[in-house]
Amino acid sequence: MGRFWAIFFVLTAVIIFVVSWISPSQNWWFPGDGLAHSTLGSKIDDLFYLILVIVAVTFVGTNAALGYALWRGATIKQDEKVWFSHGSHSLEVIWTIVPSAILLFIALYQLDVWAAYRIKGFVKNRDGSPKQIVAVAEVTARQFEWRIRYPARGKVLKPTPQPDDLYSVNELHVPTGDLVSITLRTDDIQHAFFVPELRVKQDAVPGKLIPVWFDVTDTREYEMLCAELCGWGHYKMKAKLVAHSTEDFDAWKDQVSAEQFDDGFRKPAE
Amino acid sequence: MSTLNPTLEHAGHAEHGDHGHSQSFFFTYIWSTDHKMIGKQFLVTTLLMMMVGGGLALGVRWQLARPWERMPIFGDIVFAGDGGQISPDAYTMLFTMHATVMIFLVIIPVLAGAFGNFLIPLQIGADDMAFPTLNALSYWFMWPAIFFFGASFFMHGGGPAAGWTGYPLLSLLSEAAPGSRNAQTFWLMGLTFVGVSSMMGSVNYMTTIINMRAPGMTLFRMPLTIWSMFITAILQAFALPVLTAAGFMMVADRLLGTCFFVPAGIVVNNAPPTVGGGQTLLWQHLFWFYSHPAVYIMLLPAMGMVSDMLACMCRKPIFGYKPMVYSMAAIAGLGFIVWGHHMFLSGMNPALGMTFMVSTIMIALPSAIKTFNWIGTIWGGRVQFNTVMLNCTAFVSMFIIGGLSGIFMAAVPVDIYIHDTYFIVAHFHYVIFGATLFGVFGAVQFWFPKMFGRMMNETVGKIHFVLTFIGFNCTFYPMHMLGIAGMPRRYADPYHFPYLEHLLPMNQFMTAAAFLMGFAQFLLLGNFFLSIFFGPKCGRNPWGANGLEWTAPSPPGHGNFDIPPIVYHGPYEYGSPVAGDKDHLMQTDYVPLAQRVALQDH
Repeated sequence: MGRFWAIFFVLTAVIIFVVSWISPSQNWWFPGDGLAHSTLGSKIDDLFYLILVIVAVTFVGTNAALGYALWRGATIKQDEKVWFSHGSHSLEVIWTIVPSAILLFIALYQLDVWAAYRIKGFVKNRDGSPKQIVAVAEVTARQFEWRIRYPARGKVLKPTPQPDDLYSVNELHVPTGDLVSITLRTDDIQHAFFVPELRVKQDAVPGKLIPVWFDVTDTREYEMLCAELCGWGHYKMKAKLVAHSTEDFDAWKDQVSAEQFDDGFRKPAE
Repeated sequence: MSTLNPTLEHAGHAEHGDHGHSQSFFFTYIWSTDHKMIGKQFLVTTLLMMMVGGGLALGVRWQLARPWERMPIFGDIVFAGDGGQISPDAYTMLFTMHATVMIFLVIIPVLAGAFGNFLIPLQIGADDMAFPTLNALSYWFMWPAIFFFGASFFMHGGGPAAGWTGYPLLSLLSEAAPGSRNAQTFWLMGLTFVGVSSMMGSVNYMTTIINMRAPGMTLFRMPLTIWSMFITAILQAFALPVLTAAGFMMVADRLLGTCFFVPAGIVVNNAPPTVGGGQTLLWQHLFWFYSHPAVYIMLLPAMGMVSDMLACMCRKPIFGYKPMVYSMAAIAGLGFIVWGHHMFLSGMNPALGMTFMVSTIMIALPSAIKTFNWIGTIWGGRVQFNTVMLNCTAFVSMFIIGGLSGIFMAAVPVDIYIHDTYFIVAHFHYVIFGATLFGVFGAVQFWFPKMFGRMMNETVGKIHFVLTFIGFNCTFYPMHMLGIAGMPRRYADPYHFPYLEHLLPMNQFMTAAAFLMGFAQFLLLGNFFLSIFFGPKCGRNPWGANGLEWTAPSPPGHGNFDIPPIVYHGPYEYGSPVAGDKDHLMQTDYVPLAQRVALQDH
């Protein structure tokens, strides 16, 4: 019976490994086409896969050891003497140093990605010069919608609204290519700005203005949601992020501006 | 397998049959100051609360499998007003209270309350806790908490609905959510009472372990269970006051008009703008300063108990006793400086984020050492595959998964994406249910003979184990995938978003597995309560274990030991060459000096 249980635990580990392995092919993986549609997002994905490999190797190794120990423990005869040992100093040293080296590697390896996400000076171009960040909009979360304010074409975003600012609700329009930033705030309680396919997420904290920067590589629509519990309507704080090419973005602004400042008055035809 | 002199065993029963404690029913079973009875009271209460917490979870799972559908039987009774459906309000209330009940009324009290109380005096050779009345109070202070949590369901506007983390302003401004009216105040009161109860326990455990050890019971001869309880008590003593203070601050904000957590100018639901210069982030810092160490309060005692049980069931000394102690101490120490990893996205200083990230990653190290040591303990042992061993193996095996998935979120850039998704839910269920609760199931079966003098049924125990194990993995493993697919936590209807629609069948599968697991718990309860009356009787030491508790009668009488124990060596001398024809050496077994020197060398 003991062997059965050894197999039972090994089989569990095998099933878990196989399920994880086939998940991407079953569409149980990253949303959409599985790729991050932003440069910083794909760095997160790379990091994720690196950790996944390290973790998978550790998982297989530890479970193999556990399974083997159980199997041996099941096959040992009842009158046989067990291996009487209080431990091994050298083994302890090995399995302290090896994991700490791996963990330290993970800790240091990811620092730049975190820095690029959070510290402006670390956002670099390919040639190493600091990259310009374009402030596109102020995004204000409230129960249960997103209100967005853009500067008029040719103007820059100011902390306080300007008379010709443009507004939209639940639709964030951004240009592709550039590194764009939004100023995130909330009118009421805590929310979180989340665009899964860009791997962007940031809490909107009451009383704070938080800049969030990202770039979008493809011109299309992305889903945008709230990731922090904000009451009964949390699940329906649904919005979309629309990425335009730079020209389209300007055209879109002109169009919104025309609609927004249209007072309805038409001169009668001559 | 009883290894003690039968006459001694007999004498023990005779002596304790009438120990001069002919107490009334009330003083024996209700207001008892005996640590064993208090432990049993805690155990029975927490097992029943586990069913309540599990039932709430099944409500959550029902909604995720069949959103907005009438819930059969149960829904018609509880949600009759909504036509048997779970409304989004009710849904937030369900998961909030599921977490609250499971954490504050099940996991923490079952480990520290039930097993801590029952085992500490027995394993260190004391006759009771240092402060028996305080001990009884620590149990009875759980009842106001149960009352407050329970009553909060019936408040105007429904139960608390701000998540178990109770982040302001959702939990603070009564306009933010219907459940944030009086229900949230009741929830905070419940939290305070649970805190007071744990605090009383923690002070008592520290004092007892430091002062009341039997002669010869040096610190490094204590079983790992005692070490883990000791470290947990220290964690509680330092971390809990912070949460209690935060709770009082929030109550003051709610009732007295202070503004600790309220920034100025917030407008919720068209109510007048708030005044005040508070910070909502302050709550997050205070809350996680307790609640991060709390995850170790929920895990360390189970680690200790599993170490004891594994050594016994493998008939081998624990591999690397001292590294195990040091790792627990390291986990506790690091546990105090990593709370910020719950707040990577809160907009705190990025440099602070880096320090929290490095310390968080490093906490994986002692956990890894412990895992390797458990495998080392099984390695080369003569494994007894009974229910206790199966649950302990499940503990190790599930802890491996839970520990490894933790590395993803310790890596901050990856955490940006998986924070607040189901990946997190998967991770902590693997640690808190997969590891801790399997450890508890094993511990119930292991110490049941000592508690009640009878054995639990092995067959039912194994069926319970297999159903729970399969149900558990089928429920929680797919949550990793949901998280990677970007499904956020706490969504009443994720399928509202096209990119999550295809996950419905997976959620239905998980819900079916969750129901299987939920119903399997009735086997545990049945086995537990029936065995109290009908289980086969057992002697003092049915497992052939080494600890001091096994030298006392089963169940021990008032005052625990018939002969005050004297300890000669550590608790893990299974298969010791100096044990003669036995395969283990009780801590009280005297070994001549020359042989003891040989033992020290190991």
